[in-house]
Amino acid sequence: MSNWDWSAVADFMPRFWDGVQLTLQILALGSLLSFSLGLVWAFGLLSASRFVRWPVNVVTEFIRNTPLLVQLFFLFFVLPEFGVQFSAVTTGTVAIGLHYSTYTAQVYKAGIDAVPLGQWEAATALSLPRHRTWFAVILPQAIRRIVPALGNYVVSMLKDTPLLAGISVLELLQQARLESAATFQYTEPLTVVGIAFILIAYPASLLLRVLERRLVR
Amino acid sequence: MSAETVKPAETPSPTADLIRFDKVTKRFGDNTVLDDLCFSVKPGKHVTLIGPSGSGKTTILRLLMTLMKPEEGTIHVNGQQLFPSRGEKQLREVRKNIGMVFQQFNLFPNMTVLRNITEAPVRVLGLSRDEADERARELLDMVGLGERADAKPTQLSGGQQQRVAIARALAMRPQVLLLDEVTSALDPELVAGVLDVLRDIARTTDITMLCVTHEMNFARDISDDVLMFDAGRVIESGPPEKIFGDPEHERTREFLGAVL
Repeated sequence: MSNWDWSAVADFMPRFWDGVQLTLQILALGSLLSFSLGLVWAFGLLSASRFVRWPVNVVTEFIRNTPLLVQLFFLFFVLPEFGVQFSAVTTGTVAIGLHYSTYTAQVYKAGIDAVPLGQWEAATALSLPRHRTWFAVILPQAIRRIVPALGNYVVSMLKDTPLLAGISVLELLQQARLESAATFQYTEPLTVVGIAFILIAYPASLLLRVLERRLVR
Repeated sequence: MSAETVKPAETPSPTADLIRFDKVTKRFGDNTVLDDLCFSVKPGKHVTLIGPSGSGKTTILRLLMTLMKPEEGTIHVNGQQLFPSRGEKQLREVRKNIGMVFQQFNLFPNMTVLRNITEAPVRVLGLSRDEADERARELLDMVGLGERADAKPTQLSGGQQQRVAIARALAMRPQVLLLDEVTSALDPELVAGVLDVLRDIARTTDITMLCVTHEMNFARDISDDVLMFDAGRVIESGPPEKIFGDPEHERTREFLGAVL
């Protein structure tokens, strides 16, 4: 094993910070996309009409049960053949957001299903309009179960961002690879990246546990 | 007589009755819960439905609240046809005149007591927040919970929650109040408080009440009419003195013998 070289760490820092920034940006936008698209899927899955329920079920199951890396390659290498082309970062963000939206959909659905039927009945008995029933009664109760579970998927999503290196997005792992390719020092950049993930993910999951304890009582 | 088993051919125009069931049948799978049921209720009357569990009493309230629909028959409320449904718009119109109090209270746990009561008047009737608050505080005073407006439902006892639920239903100023075994989920020492509130309402308002209960003394106190149900049909009806004092039907005697 080669000796640890602090100067290699120092040399890596500019690239490293760029990588951190982009990783967090992809994580933030991917999360937003997965949260909002997931809610749309969830409404589809909960629809009274099976002509809505079935197609949404098929699409989300398909996306959920195929690997993210395959989806990533498909969006990045195949779609351009049909004239649809986005930058690697955009493609990566959309792919990760889309993939995780199928998980968040299940989270929303489970959270909504867990609200007692009596709440719906009380809302009907009071003639509350449909949107008030959803936004004033059901979702505020479901959210206590939803938020902690969504948080877990954000942490998962963070750990999946290195897949985007596969389409040469300059996130943390790709920055480390480029650094290593230039300096032939693999140990330092990869170690730094690994530690960076722990430093972000572990406090995040601790925070989630606190949040969970507060919300779910 | 305000509640009676009627044959459709003999009945006066539907407008005279506030609530009218004509040959209503409701099934759950193979189980027929309501069997060709006919009965009607005149405005302002207090009608209690009694009978063994599973005899279809609660189903009647749930049909009126449009929480389910019948397989056959027609239901009119205030001259408007509720079932067979004439569309969501008419259902909504009819529903606005009906309030319901549930066995399990079903307060919204994410809202304060006050907000539970004001939500529908503001969102459905279009009252201003101030008007709705004022009305809600009056109702809370009436049910003896004037001090708890800012509490969350989970901070209240079952009896207090149920009294809030009554206030919530009344805030919509319904013509009809449906009471579905409202004391069945309460600890015995909390029952009296809830029943006192309901006695008050029965005495001081002209609201029409349809009440499913196992509290026979309460039924005797507030009812203009008592309907005895068995196997999805009304087998006997009449004023409480008659039903409790001198029931005609063998099943009624058996039932009252068992619960009194």
